[in-house]
Amino acid sequence: MKYINQMTLKFDSLSINEGFARSAVAGFCVQLNPTLDEIIDIKTAVSEAVTNCVVHAYPNKVGIVEIWVGLTEDSACISVKDRGVGIIDLEQAKEPFFSTKPDEERAGMGFTVIESFMDTFDLRHNKGGGVEVFMIKKIENKNVMAKSGLNG
Amino acid sequence: MQINARVIQDTLYLSLCGELDEHCASYVREVLDKHLSNSVCRQVILDLSELSFMDSTGIGVMIGRYKKMKERNIPIFISNPTSHIDKIFKMTAIYEIMPKIN
Repeated sequence: MKYINQMTLKFDSLSINEGFARSAVAGFCVQLNPTLDEIIDIKTAVSEAVTNCVVHAYPNKVGIVEIWVGLTEDSACISVKDRGVGIIDLEQAKEPFFSTKPDEERAGMGFTVIESFMDTFDLRHNKGGGVEVFMIKKIENKNVMAKSGLNG
Repeated sequence: MQINARVIQDTLYLSLCGELDEHCASYVREVLDKHLSNSVCRQVILDLSELSFMDSTGIGVMIGRYKKMKERNIPIFISNPTSHIDKIFKMTAIYEIMPKIN
């Protein structure tokens, strides 16, 4: 995949950073001229992935969350990685309503929401421990600004 | 996140204003529960028209409140969610237990 622009963010797995993370990724994707609906889909998916890092990957400590975004002319590719406790059964984790913490009023719908809001979704074991959420959102609008940026 | 409560006749109106995610979920639970247990009402309407963002954390928060009020036989209705929050609710069929009204 040929990327016209990329960025990486690293931050502590503190819940206060969830709002920062989804806003930062959304802000970076704005250059593709997405619709408001596409932006809020991206924000929601990023929020789900970062929440998983905060709640599940690092349950009793603060670890590092790493987000990478690569833009192509018509899509935003987003990776959210942690080096936390990991997930043994990735397929089970993706099932709707599956949660390891149902007693904490957790719905177990995070991955289902990502799957429905993004065009591609993949959950992988991260090399070196933890998991990686990889997702792609197609941006329907013509990528006028990013193209002119490349030429200029 | 701001939560406003008012009782009109026998209805408790709770309006959520801001963004609901993991960070503010425990605060939202606490404030909603305080209003739900202190107010005298026969039904509850959750006004979400000013809730600009919610991820799946919100589903757990809503279902938790539903369970508490079900014990007291007080129904909760969801009013005016934005289209993306509506999509999340429909995914979990939450309107079957907390019907949507306008």
